[in-house]
Amino acid sequence: MNPPTPAETRPVQVFLPHRAGLPRLAPYFRNLWNRRHFAVELSRASMRSAHTNTFFGQFWLVIGPALNAAVYFLLVNVIRGGNAGPNFFMHLLAGLFAFNFIQAVMTNGATSVTKGGNLVLNTAFPLLLLPFSALRTAFFRFVPSLIILFAFFIYFDYFGSHAQHCVAATGVCEELNTIHFSPVMFMAIPAMLLIFVFAAGLSALMASVQIYFRDTTQILPYATRIWLYLSPVLYYADQMKPWMLKFEMFNPLYPLLGIWSESLVEGKMPPLTWWIASAAWAFGSLLVGVLFFMSREREFAVRI
Amino acid sequence: MIDEETGATIPTAPERAISDEIAISVQELDVTYRTTFEKRPTLKQAIVRLGRGKRSVKTVEALKNVSFDVNRGSVLGIVGHNGAGKSTLMRAIAGIVPPTQGRIEVVGRTSTLLSLGVGFNRALTGRENVILGGLAAGLTKDELEDRYERIAEFAGLGDFIDMPMNTYSSGMGARLAFSVAVHLDPDILLIDEALSTGDAVFKEKATARMQELVDNSSTMLLISHALRTIINMSTECIWLDHGKLMMRGNPEEVVDAYTEFVHVKKTSATMNDM
Repeated sequence: MNPPTPAETRPVQVFLPHRAGLPRLAPYFRNLWNRRHFAVELSRASMRSAHTNTFFGQFWLVIGPALNAAVYFLLVNVIRGGNAGPNFFMHLLAGLFAFNFIQAVMTNGATSVTKGGNLVLNTAFPLLLLPFSALRTAFFRFVPSLIILFAFFIYFDYFGSHAQHCVAATGVCEELNTIHFSPVMFMAIPAMLLIFVFAAGLSALMASVQIYFRDTTQILPYATRIWLYLSPVLYYADQMKPWMLKFEMFNPLYPLLGIWSESLVEGKMPPLTWWIASAAWAFGSLLVGVLFFMSREREFAVRI
Repeated sequence: MIDEETGATIPTAPERAISDEIAISVQELDVTYRTTFEKRPTLKQAIVRLGRGKRSVKTVEALKNVSFDVNRGSVLGIVGHNGAGKSTLMRAIAGIVPPTQGRIEVVGRTSTLLSLGVGFNRALTGRENVILGGLAAGLTKDELEDRYERIAEFAGLGDFIDMPMNTYSSGMGARLAFSVAVHLDPDILLIDEALSTGDAVFKEKATARMQELVDNSSTMLLISHALRTIINMSTECIWLDHGKLMMRGNPEEVVDAYTEFVHVKKTSATMNDM
């Protein structure tokens, strides 16, 4: 066995009263960073136990979103009718996958602390690692859905460049299909980063809310579905009712999914106002979620 | 001044009351927390309650004005009835529950073995739980890799170590938890009723390992309802009653006073399990 730490190197820890206040930020975040491997390992282990690292587990991660997209395509394009082209279909896919990621972060994040049970009760560590671990898990489950997205991209790009192969002789189809690889697509990367930051804040926020209201996870599916219908995912932003457009920037998903879909699908540089609004929502969410969580986390051990 | 590793505040020299001999110093500690009546507080209940204006929060005074020091290398036994505040005291010393009033100073790395053990996620294997528990406690991956074999061997679970923990018996879970706690090479080990579920062979092994840690000048806090264990293992004992420190002293004397207070005879049953 290793000898105990020599006296002069023993850390002295002093615990003083503080209830709802924030802990000292610098040591907290240093501690958080030092134990980041915990969040990574927890995320890996939970993915293993959900069999996401097996072939069929991975396969399902691709098939799941594809089926989901098929359902909405059926609903929006076929049943409702209309002449939406590949652009709309790609807009639908990209938006839906990004939305599903945010939804998964919220649901997994909500239960992250309550599921931590004994560990939270028995170990002193920055609990923020738990919702962040849920964020990592959700992100790694989102990545395979990008494969579906790119498969369609390649398909539409190929047929878009051979317009004569297009079914509609009217030329409508040709006109609608502007799916092409372009350098602007790379702007989808910072867009995804902002979505990720936004989701991180939500994850922490939902985790704290779940401590106080354990039925949060039961309410979430309804709340997120309404959120989805209020956001320009199943339709284009310009199809929104005028009164809704007045409130567009109050819905974080409007600018966030806007910059994502616009740059990735349309290959158009999203307007600067969208970027500013997205960044504001993303970092606002992170700030509020993380600080609220930190101010409450010392109470979690007695509330679990 | 901030400690690099733990992020805890280190008091500057003049206000630092702790001497070199002292491992834990608890000064006028109050722990009060508010908890809800419901096991699972829900929004639905909160909305239902809104109309009736009934408060659902209960204030628990878990510890009231508790002060004591623990010298390095000593074993402090803690006795008291269920709900006396023993576990809360340990959580406060471990830094899990913040003090409401007062001050706690702890010198060295603590390792907690509180009653519920390491297996926090029973869907994961024993191995995964060990790694996650260690990482959360602040060990690095390399340190854990070094210790993993020793932890697994000491727990003696055989092939069960790679099975999900929901296949374990309660004794097996306790053995693994104990093994992790004592192999983190703690300066201070906090043990809460950990040995009650292990079998005889393991109890012997565990006792020997605890003795080894104490011989290496680790400090130990021990909660047990088996009063014999307290008398045998501790060098000193405190007795808590409804959050108050009733007595502190020689283990034998404290246990005598405690058993007299709660009107039980020192039968073999109470000495081994109470």
